Amino acid sequence: MNGGEDRIGLKHGAGGRAMRALIEEVCLRGLAGSAAAGGIGLAAMDDGAAIQVGDRWLVVTTDSHVVQPIFFPGGDIGRLAVSGTVNDLAVMGATEVTALTCSLIIEEGFSRTDLERVYASLRAASEEAGAPIVTGDTKVMGRGEIDGLVLNTAGVAFCSRPVPDAGLAPGDALIVTGTIGDHGMAILAARHALSLDGDLSSDVAPINGLVRAALDAGGDGITAMKDPTRGGLSSALHEMAAKSRVGVIVEEAAVPVRPEVRAAADLLGIDPLVMACEGKAILGVRPGAAEAVLTALRAHPLGRVAARIGRCTDRHPGAVVLDTGYGRRILAEPEGEPLPRIC
Amino acid sequence: MTSPDPHAAFRELKFRDPVRARAMIEALGRLTAAIGRSPVSLMHVCGSHEQAIAKYGLRAVLPSALKVIMGPGCPVCVTDTREVDEGVALARQGVHIATYGDMLRVPGTVMSLADAQADGAKVHIVYSAGQAVELARRLDAPLVFFATGFETTAVATAAIVLQGLPANLSILSAHKYIPPAMDLVAATPGLAVEGFLAAGHAATITGWGVFEPFAARHRLPVVVAGFEPLDILAGLVKLLELVRNGTPEVANMYPRCVTRAGNLRAQEALWEVFEPATGRWRGIADVAGGNLALREKYAGADARRRYVIDVEPLARHGSRALAESCLCGSIMAGIKSPTDCPLFGAACTPEHPVGACMVSSEGTCKIWHQYGGYPDLGGVA
Repeated sequence: MNGGEDRIGLKHGAGGRAMRALIEEVCLRGLAGSAAAGGIGLAAMDDGAAIQVGDRWLVVTTDSHVVQPIFFPGGDIGRLAVSGTVNDLAVMGATEVTALTCSLIIEEGFSRTDLERVYASLRAASEEAGAPIVTGDTKVMGRGEIDGLVLNTAGVAFCSRPVPDAGLAPGDALIVTGTIGDHGMAILAARHALSLDGDLSSDVAPINGLVRAALDAGGDGITAMKDPTRGGLSSALHEMAAKSRVGVIVEEAAVPVRPEVRAAADLLGIDPLVMACEGKAILGVRPGAAEAVLTALRAHPLGRVAARIGRCTDRHPGAVVLDTGYGRRILAEPEGEPLPRIC
Repeated sequence: MTSPDPHAAFRELKFRDPVRARAMIEALGRLTAAIGRSPVSLMHVCGSHEQAIAKYGLRAVLPSALKVIMGPGCPVCVTDTREVDEGVALARQGVHIATYGDMLRVPGTVMSLADAQADGAKVHIVYSAGQAVELARRLDAPLVFFATGFETTAVATAAIVLQGLPANLSILSAHKYIPPAMDLVAATPGLAVEGFLAAGHAATITGWGVFEPFAARHRLPVVVAGFEPLDILAGLVKLLELVRNGTPEVANMYPRCVTRAGNLRAQEALWEVFEPATGRWRGIADVAGGNLALREKYAGADARRRYVIDVEPLARHGSRALAESCLCGSIMAGIKSPTDCPLFGAACTPEHPVGACMVSSEGTCKIWHQYGGYPDLGGVA
């Protein structure tokens, strides 16, 4: 009798449990076994797939991008489309991008000037990432049939060792490459026209160069990587903990959060740890390699405030425990889009 | 937020100092031991207190003999199914709805406003009553502000009504008034609660004096507390002292914001626009005077009088019997556990909650359902 039961809700796209359940129940059916032998396929629900080709690995990923507003403080849908796919490849260990594709679905009536602006941004991000866009597709749909503009990018890249998001082991250190929640808070403030002072700006950026620096410094000592996008640090850590069958302990005070983001989050009653990032990675690192990786990250312009935020344990596998400095709590996995609260 | 780092102010004011927090937690241990009963149960009546207690992980470090129970304090969770149904019915009639973000997922009989939105209804999230007015001015269509919350947000709703609403805007009031609900809980036979932590922000409006008749009537101490971790811990320390001393009085531990008389202009606006009405609090009871209804004088602003809101087609699908067997009230009163409830985990789950305790992310039933009781995190870090 529940009217929502047979319908897809926004929570099914929010990156949390509901989305994973939908993928498992609908999208994986009959396809779960399609991974190339020994590779990383659909069933792994990782950031991309890895297929062995000779002595190398071909990493493939695809990502559709919708964002309201299309232009937001710190970026736009074009920069987002390149960064999203490049970063998914990078956290699989494939930082030198061979090629990107870009498909475009435009709503009838969309401004040509805006489209040119999006494309200029797309080109700039593609250059920044060293990721050439080599093919694409364009469709126009009737007014009201889609909302403005949808971009899909796919990417391919080779690497010598794919890094899964499921490789954490007890004792591993957890490192985040920069401040958390910038993108989500910038979008939330723009979308709900919250007139907040202070510079709320998205962190959207291709971070393949940053990840490469970490991989060069950490080598095989890097056990797992993931980019915390929708659902933020919380969702990403839950997924990594569950797939790796380890417990995770996060020191809240060690998690870098910009003061503006923290203040806005406090005001709106939203945990910054569930807010989306679009230019960050979480790395699981063997304790012995942690300092070298941190030093390498901090030497990179996008990794200046990289920090060690926690560690993995063999206790409470699958759970993420937050040490708040006052006490401890289970870090709840977000359900649905974070919304401003009154209570 | 004009200063570049508003957080710096908090750090300087030392409301978030883990060292002082530890000292207060030790004081709580000494006081609980001195009282000598186990458990000593205290109740807070505020969603923001629960959020702060949870956010800072305080439950994991409170003395094991001290129980801090979440009372009927989250106005969103106690918004009744029927009130949500009214919002959903209006939305399905094609009326635009504006509401606070946390109302979106609160279930009605058949669906939540989020479900209605997925079905194509126009539901907008606002962060303040003023934003609803701005939205109404931009929209070329009828808009209803589904207004929820206690005194703090009710005053904001009163203010926009007093300023005069745009012609296309009206108010669906699900506002609640907390003192009568505290009375109801305190009068529960067999109540195990020995003191109440009252909400600082609501008390900025009502003043702490509003709790004096309550404390006298029920012979229970009340402490008004703020929302920083040290505010809450200091409030609990004070409350335990009053319990230990057997002095059922009201103490104000939030003097930087709360006075005895409160904000008189806000109270004037509140009672000018609203009158107390009896209404259902989800999973608790009909609370006499617990709802705030628009006065006759402001009938023109009242969505219930402007529209025919037919919830029957929605309500027919629901089972009233289900709601009646919900034990939320007793669970909040500390008399029953979630596992005593026949609905718990069966007819009542986080996906399809019946009572308030299952709606709130920090509700007792929701937490038990997720973790099989309060998880013991004492030894993990």
